[in-house]
Amino acid sequence: MTYTELWRLSATELSSLLERREIKAAEVAESVIGRIEQTEPKLNAFISRTGDAAVRHGARIDEERARGIEMGSLAGVTVAVKDIFCTKGIRTTAGSKILDNYKPPYDSTVWSHLREARTLMVGKTNLDEFAMGSSTENSAFGPTRNPWDTSRVPGGSSGGSAAAVASGMATISVGTDTGGSIRQPACLSGIVGLKPTYGLVSRFGMVAFASSLDQAGPMTRTVRDAALVLREIARHDPRDATSIPGDRPDYVAGLGRPITGMRFGVVKELMGEGMQPGVSERVREALVVLEKLGGIVEEVSLPSFGYGLDAYYIIAPAEASSNLARYDGTRYGLRADAPDVQKMNRATRESGFGAEVKRRILLGTYALSSGYYDAWYGRALKLRTQIVRDFERAFEGFDLLVSPTSPTTAFRIGERIDDPMQMYLSDVCTIPTNLAGTTAISIPCGLASEDQLPVGLQLMGPALGEATVLRAAFAIEDELKFSAARAMGTIA
Amino acid sequence: MAISREEVEHVARLARLELTEEEIELFRGQLSAVLERAQRIQALDLEDVPETAHPIELSNVWREDVVVPPPDSEAILSNAPERDGPFFRVPKILEDAD
Repeated sequence: MTYTELWRLSATELSSLLERREIKAAEVAESVIGRIEQTEPKLNAFISRTGDAAVRHGARIDEERARGIEMGSLAGVTVAVKDIFCTKGIRTTAGSKILDNYKPPYDSTVWSHLREARTLMVGKTNLDEFAMGSSTENSAFGPTRNPWDTSRVPGGSSGGSAAAVASGMATISVGTDTGGSIRQPACLSGIVGLKPTYGLVSRFGMVAFASSLDQAGPMTRTVRDAALVLREIARHDPRDATSIPGDRPDYVAGLGRPITGMRFGVVKELMGEGMQPGVSERVREALVVLEKLGGIVEEVSLPSFGYGLDAYYIIAPAEASSNLARYDGTRYGLRADAPDVQKMNRATRESGFGAEVKRRILLGTYALSSGYYDAWYGRALKLRTQIVRDFERAFEGFDLLVSPTSPTTAFRIGERIDDPMQMYLSDVCTIPTNLAGTTAISIPCGLASEDQLPVGLQLMGPALGEATVLRAAFAIEDELKFSAARAMGTIA
Repeated sequence: MAISREEVEHVARLARLELTEEEIELFRGQLSAVLERAQRIQALDLEDVPETAHPIELSNVWREDVVVPPPDSEAILSNAPERDGPFFRVPKILEDAD
C-alpha cells in the first residue's frame, strides 16, 4: 500500500492514520479526487463535484491538527453526498431538471453534522429524480453505471452514492431510503447500506419524496464505517417534528461482540418467486454462516409482506403527489413562460419533471382522488397496519429477520426502464421495513455464480434496533471476508 | 383494471400536469398495469384493521418560543425565477375582465 492509493482505505483505516499524523487530510482528498478524475468518466456517479473545497478544508484540518487540536474520527475522511441533501450555496438538484440551478439557502441537518465532523465533501451524487426509481436511470443528468460491470445499473435511487463508494471515488456516502433506496443500490454495487429507524436521523433539508417513509442513512464499504457515520448523523433535531427525542447509543461500541444465541427469522415470503438462483445460493450460505457463529436460524411466515409492494406503490406516490405540489415555478427552480399562473404551473411541471415522477404523481393523485380514496389509499394504510403487526409478532420470537436485499443482481441499463412494474419488483424485499418505520441493513455476501455480481443480505431489526443490526452485520462481514475493495480493482 | 383516457386526463388536471398525447397513452397503459397488480389488496379482509398513516406515534411537539435570526431572505429570493424587490413575481392570476 502506497500513500498514493489512500482512496482505497476505509474511514476506519484513514481515521487512525490521520490521528497518528502519518498521512494528511489534504493528501486523502487529493488521492480521492485523482481517483474521481480517472473513474468518473466511466460511471457518471456525480452531478456536482466539490473537490477544490475538499482539498482546502483538508489543508485546514492538517494545519489545526499540527497545532494539537483534537478532532473526531471522521475528520479528513472524504464523503459523497446524495444530491437530495440541501447544501448551503452548493447546487442541489434532486436529479431533476426542475431544480437544475437551485442553490439552497441552508444546510440539511445530515450535511451539517458531517460538515461539523470535518468530513471532506468531494461531490453531490447522482440519483433517480426525487429518489423515485431503483436504477438511477431516471436522473435528468444521465444514468450512473455499476462499477462491477458498466453495462449494468448500480441500483437506485442512491445509485451515484453506491457507485462512488464501491469504486473508491469517496470513502463514505449518505443516501436516503424511502422504499429501499439505500439498501438496494448498496446490494447491487457490493457495499454496505443502512436504513435507520424512522425518526432516528433528521429529515430537515432533505428534498421530500414520501414524508412518512423517507429516512437518511450511511453507505460505506465496511460495517464499522457505517456505524461511524451513523454515530455522527443520528441525533435529535428540533427542526424535524418527527425526530425521535433523546440520546442515541454508541453504535460503534457493540461491534465485535459475539452473536451466540441470537435468533434469526428467515422471511418465507421474501425467499420465493423471482429470486435468481445465484442470489438464493449466496443467501443460504450466509444463513449457514449465521449458524456457525452461534445464531439460531428458523423460517418465519409473515403473510402481509407478500403485499408490501402493493401498499407501497399506493402510499409513496400519494405522499409524493402532495409533496411535489411545491414545484410550481414560483419561488425557485425552473419556470416555463406562459400568459397566466395556471398555465405557467402546468407548463413548468410538464417540462421540468421526468416520466417516472409524472407517473407517480398521477398514480398518487388517482389513489387520493374522490371516489377512489377508500378503495386504494385507505386500504393501503390498513395493509400497512398488517405489516407493522407482522413485524411486531416476528420480533417476539426473533432478534432479527433475514432476506436477500434484492431478488436479483444488477440488471442491464435499459432492461426494465420501459416496464415500471418490473422495476418496482426490485424493491420487494426492502419495502416492508419502510412501511413499518423500522431499521435494516444490506451487506454484501459474495458474488452470484452465474454473473459474478454482488449479492446482498438484508438484516431487518425492530425500531431502534440499529446496534443489534450492526453487531450481527459486523460478525457476518468478519466471517465472510467479502471485500468491496475488489470492485475498485476491476474498473481501474 | 384498465383506467380510461378520461381518467388520466382528469387526474393530470388535478395534479397540474399538462401531458402530451403520447404521454396520456403511455401512462394509461403503465398505470393500468400497476393498479392491475395492486388490485390484489381489494380481495383481502381488512374490515376491522385500523389505518396506519405514519410509523411513529405523533403528538404535538413543543419547543420554547425563542427569537432566532431569520433566514437570509436575499439567499431565498436569489433562487426566484423572477422577482420584484422583496417579492416573487408571477404572471397574472386573474382572467381579463372582458
